[in-house]
This record gives sequence, C-alpha cells and structure tokens, in this order.
Amino acid sequence: MNIQVRERPEPASTVAAKTAIADCDIHPARATPTELYPWLASRWHAHLETIGAPAYHGMMIGPPYPKAQPNASRRDAYPPEGGPQGSSLSFMQQQHLDPNNVALGVLNPLGTGQGLRNHELATALCSAINDWQIAKWTSQESRLKASIVVANEDGPTAAAEIRKRAGDRNFVQVLLLSRNVEPLGQRRYWPIYEAAEEAGLPVGIHAFGYGGNPVTASGWPSYYIEEMVGHSQCQQGGLASLVLEGVFERFPKLNMIMIEAGFGWAPSLAWRLDKVWQRLKSEVPHVKRPPSEYISERVWWTTQPMEDPERRDHLFELIDWIGWDRLLFATDYPHWDYDDPSRVLPAGVSDTNRDAFYLNNALKLYGLA
Amino acid sequence: MTAPIAGGVDCDVHPAVPHLTSLLPYLNDYWRDQVTTRGMTDLVSQSYPTCSPIASRPDWRPAQGKPGSNLDDMRAQALDRFHVGHAICNPLYGVQMVFSEDMADAFCRALNDWLTTEWLDREPRLRGSIVVSLQSVEKAVAEIERCAQDPRFVQVLLLVMGDLPLGKRAYWPIYAAAERLGLAVGIHAGSAYHSPPTSVGWGSYHIEDYVAQAQAFQTQLTSLIVEGVFARHPTLKMVMLESGFTWLPPFLWRLHKFWRGLRMETPWVDRAPLEIVRSNIRFSLQPIDAPPDPVTLNRLFDHMQSDELLLFSTDYPHWQFEGDAVLPDGLSDDLVRKIMIDNPHATYPRLRQTVQA
Repeated sequence: MNIQVRERPEPASTVAAKTAIADCDIHPARATPTELYPWLASRWHAHLETIGAPAYHGMMIGPPYPKAQPNASRRDAYPPEGGPQGSSLSFMQQQHLDPNNVALGVLNPLGTGQGLRNHELATALCSAINDWQIAKWTSQESRLKASIVVANEDGPTAAAEIRKRAGDRNFVQVLLLSRNVEPLGQRRYWPIYEAAEEAGLPVGIHAFGYGGNPVTASGWPSYYIEEMVGHSQCQQGGLASLVLEGVFERFPKLNMIMIEAGFGWAPSLAWRLDKVWQRLKSEVPHVKRPPSEYISERVWWTTQPMEDPERRDHLFELIDWIGWDRLLFATDYPHWDYDDPSRVLPAGVSDTNRDAFYLNNALKLYGLA
Repeated sequence: MTAPIAGGVDCDVHPAVPHLTSLLPYLNDYWRDQVTTRGMTDLVSQSYPTCSPIASRPDWRPAQGKPGSNLDDMRAQALDRFHVGHAICNPLYGVQMVFSEDMADAFCRALNDWLTTEWLDREPRLRGSIVVSLQSVEKAVAEIERCAQDPRFVQVLLLVMGDLPLGKRAYWPIYAAAERLGLAVGIHAGSAYHSPPTSVGWGSYHIEDYVAQAQAFQTQLTSLIVEGVFARHPTLKMVMLESGFTWLPPFLWRLHKFWRGLRMETPWVDRAPLEIVRSNIRFSLQPIDAPPDPVTLNRLFDHMQSDELLLFSTDYPHWQFEGDAVLPDGLSDDLVRKIMIDNPHATYPRLRQTVQA
C-alpha cells in the first residue's frame, strides 16, 4: 500500500544488509504513447491515432473501473525526468532494484495488445512490446527478464510469437492475463500452451484483462474494490478450467504461474475440485488424476498482494497446505498495492523456507539456479 | 464419525417439483393455458441435471421420478434418519431462468403454494423458503409479503447467480421486506444462466459449473458487503446455502486488505468485512470442501474465528457425504450443538413461532 505510515529507510544504508530477492511481478511502462512506434508498422501508427485500441469494454481512455490513483501506481514512483510510474529504468533501479537488492526482476507489461478486439492490431502490439522489453529494459539491466506477451485470443499467431522468441534468454515466461473471451482451458488457447511447452517456458497468468465477461458470474458490480477482489475468483475459474479441460494432461511439461491473484484460495479450490471430481469424473475422462495433483505439481503462485490474516499461525498453516516451494515473491512495483519485501513475511519462518520464498523458488522455476 | 444430536435443524433440503404439470393446480387459468398451449414441459436447470451424480446420493435415488420428489423418502432418508426437529425446504426449480417477469412471478407463486400444500401441510417438521425471481423487485416483495403471513416460511430464497450482483441497490426493497418480516435471506447455489456461469466465461462441463458456485458466492459476498446492505439492514441475516465455507477465511483476508486500501470508494462500509460476516452471514454445513482429516478441519474452523457461522445441513438429496456421516470427524459436542441447534435458531427467529395446527 502506498500510504506511508513510517519513514522509509534511506536506500544506500540498507543495500548491503538485505539478502537478494526475486521480484516476479514488475510492471514496466511506456514513457510516451509513441514509444513503441520504432517496432510498429506505420499502418498501426495511423490506426492508433484515429481508432485507438478498442478493448472488450467501452472506455477509450482509462479502465472501466477507475483506479484508486493515477495508473494504479504509487504516487512516489513518478520518475524525476517525467513520464508515468514505472517508465524509467534508472529510477526503477534507484527506487526499487538497488535498495531492495532485487537479483531477478520479471517484467509483466500491461496495457499491451492483450484483450483487444482487433486481433491483428493485438498481434502487432504484442510483438512490438516484446522488442521494446529487450531494447529498453533487459539489454540495459541484466537483473531484469522479460515475458513473451502474446495476442491471447488468436492462438496460432500467439504460438508463432512464442516460437520466434524461443531460446532468447531475455525471456523467462509467456504472459497471459486471467480474463479472456473464454476460460483459459478452452481449446482456442491450446496453441499457446503447446508452443510454451516446446520452448520450455512456464506460462504466467496475471490477474486482469478483458474478454467481455462480467467480473462476476452474476453481472457487472459497482466498484473497483469488487473488480480487485474479484480477480481471485476469476483466477480460480481459469485454473479450474485448465485442470478440467485436461491442459495439464495434454501438455505434461507445462508449468503455470498464478500472478497477482492471491494464493489463499488454492487449498480450498483444490479440495473442492477433488471432491466434485470424485462424483463427476465420468464427464471428464481426460482428467485422469485428482485435480489437486496437477495443481500441486504444476502450478506456482506469486505472493503479492500478500495474504494478511490477523494471526501469523494462520498464514503459516495456509502456506504449509500449498507448499513453501510453490510461492514466488513479488512486489507489483510500481503499483499502489505494492508489497514491501521487508514487511510481508512475519518472523518465525525457517531460513530455508524464507530463502525459497524470496528467491530460490523463482530461480529454480525460471531455470536460473 | 461425529453423531448428530436429536432435535437439530436441517437448513437445506430440496423437495423436487415432479413436473411442470405438478404446478398446474396452483396457476390461474391464463398461465395454465399458456403452459399447455405452448408445450412447456419442465423447468430443469443445468445447475442440477436430474440424473447427475451430485443431484442425488445413489442410495437416495428413487426407482422413478426426480430425487427429492417423495415426502415419505425424505422422512425415512433425512428427517427420521438424522432425528431433526425442523428441516427448511429450499426448492430448486428453474423458475429464475425464465426471462418474462410475469411468467417468472406466476411460477414462483405456484411453487410457493405447491410447497405449502404438498409438503408443509403434510409434515409438521418442515419449514419453507419463499422462492422469488428477481426480474421484478416489486413482484418479489409482494410475494414475500403474501407468503410471510404463513409463519412456516422462514426465509426468502435467491440463487447465487442471477442478472446483477445481489448487493445492488435495486434489490434492497427485498432485504427491507425480509428484515421487517423476520425472514432470513437464503442464497443458494445455482444460476439463472443469464450470465456465463463463471466470471471468465462459459466453460464446457457441468463439473465446471458446480465448482464455480463457490466463486460466485465469493463475489456476491463482496457485493453485499461493499454496497452497504448491512449498514442499512444491520439485523438482516443472510445464509449461504450449499456454498462451501472453507474458502471463507482467505477470501476475507483479501477483502479486508483491499477494504483498508480502498475504503474511500465505499465510505458507508463502517465495519470491517470480517465483523459484518460474523454478525450477518451464515453458511450451511454441506458441502465440506476439505480433506477428511479432523486436524485440517479443526484448523479451518480456527481460521474462521467464530463458531457461530455454520448451520447444519444435509443438502438432501444431493450427494455430499456417505452413510450417516453428515457431520465430519472431530467436532466437539459444543460445536455440534451450536451447528445443529443454537446457530439455526439464532438465524431463523421464525422457527420459534408456534404454528397453529
């Protein structure tokens, strides 16, 4: 949260004292609307300036639910040279990567070509975003790694983009958003999973996105808080779909990461899936094992926004049920609900579990150990 | 296995309408003619296909007809078997799926009269829920007021997935009527199928719809809390029926965290979500989405931080448990008493009213 209740320590004095961490959810932004133009055909420059980039919602400027503050980002994260929060590498280094000793930062660009109604434009924008991640970020800062952003509703072109980037060590995952035209287990998305598995990359599914479906199964709610809390229900629906459509069975080497949608719901969902599967498995013969087994072997969770119970033993029990080897620390920098790495994990965790939580799980999953 | 105690309240049983023709005696001439002339046959929802394994425990499935359609079966398999003092009938008949508010209202009225005549009048342990459709709030309120004259109706019954989130202000007259008349508002698993049954679109399978019920309850609870229903109606009790409950603690941790960060958006929410749930929201016991392990289950109860939230239910005739194991292993005697007797009576004040024979 960005409401400052305590003085932040001076960055320089704490660098040496902090252990290295992985931040598995950083949001890089464009400094100007035209920053992608070098990687976009001129046809699209004209398109963006006339028609724009219509998504599966009606707003031409800004999101359908107004955020709590500009760009949903920390008010102290505006770069001194101008531009929105998260748009300056040097300020990101100075404000976040250096003082928090981020050894690995995974970039998840938002507001790209994903969730657009014009799939050809989506494809062009996603490819441009991928080039931009290398040019502006990962080639300038070796601690940062990129995500292959793909045009989520067009499986074949998305798969082609993944194959184009396969083997490029700048990229550590394929990025999808949680809300799409259909639930993520549906066949239209299978080419993405096939290409990701082939490239040996996990698929990260970040909360948010637009696919035209209300954020509840009972219509559109009124408030931004309902959308924010609702991302965890959307993520549950997506994960249930992935399991029940047999995606983990069909792509046996594919790993998935649930990003920024909480992890507290994981045990209850897995128990429910197992119980209902016992009753109804004849409907889904392609799901050969109890759903919880696919989930516990193939799914990871980023931590932010960190589950925050009143009692720390409840948090520890929850993580015991999920597994200390399944969580990937993330701050969500520069967004407003940023988690401070020095405050999220209560005392009482073993060194092994703490190191796994903050760093080692991520290095292992991303093949950087 | 934990043994049930006698005199409990089963808060979720499902008497089934055998066929749409069963409602004909309760429809007026116009609607009776509409049903027959237009060839309407039945209102079975995808939420509960008659022959789906979850729609009936195998040993409770009748040789013919719909599970739950026979009162003698319900007596033998549930009421007598678990020695209940009362059982609350929650009819799941697809009246909410109808698009015309007039037709939906006619079917709801017929359904409530059918329940009164064919179940409540024949079995003194049974109590009823007033089924209303949300196409017309005005008609729903009128039906609540009509049925509430019969003290055997103890709650208003809604489905968890409808046209709009249930906290929306348009629905508040229903909550005002319920609070005024001493009725709880029950929200049951099931969809009107006016929106996709998940918040990420239409899935392929029946099993997905059933799993998704739990997520739908989560979003409805968010809506009810942040719209301010309980600031306006502080004594109103809402009961989540067949919702599962093991998702509740982490759901509340998340809601509480965002409420702290975003409460400027809904300043009328004057209590923490956890406090609102403790005072106003209850959950039926079945299904229990947890491993069959008393240690884990008792940790989950501890995470809920209240022993007043759960209400005993069999979910008869749905298949949620085997044999007589309606109560999970490891419950203390005190908790059994709370779940089976104290909590239901605190939730449904009308259970205490004397019913004239």
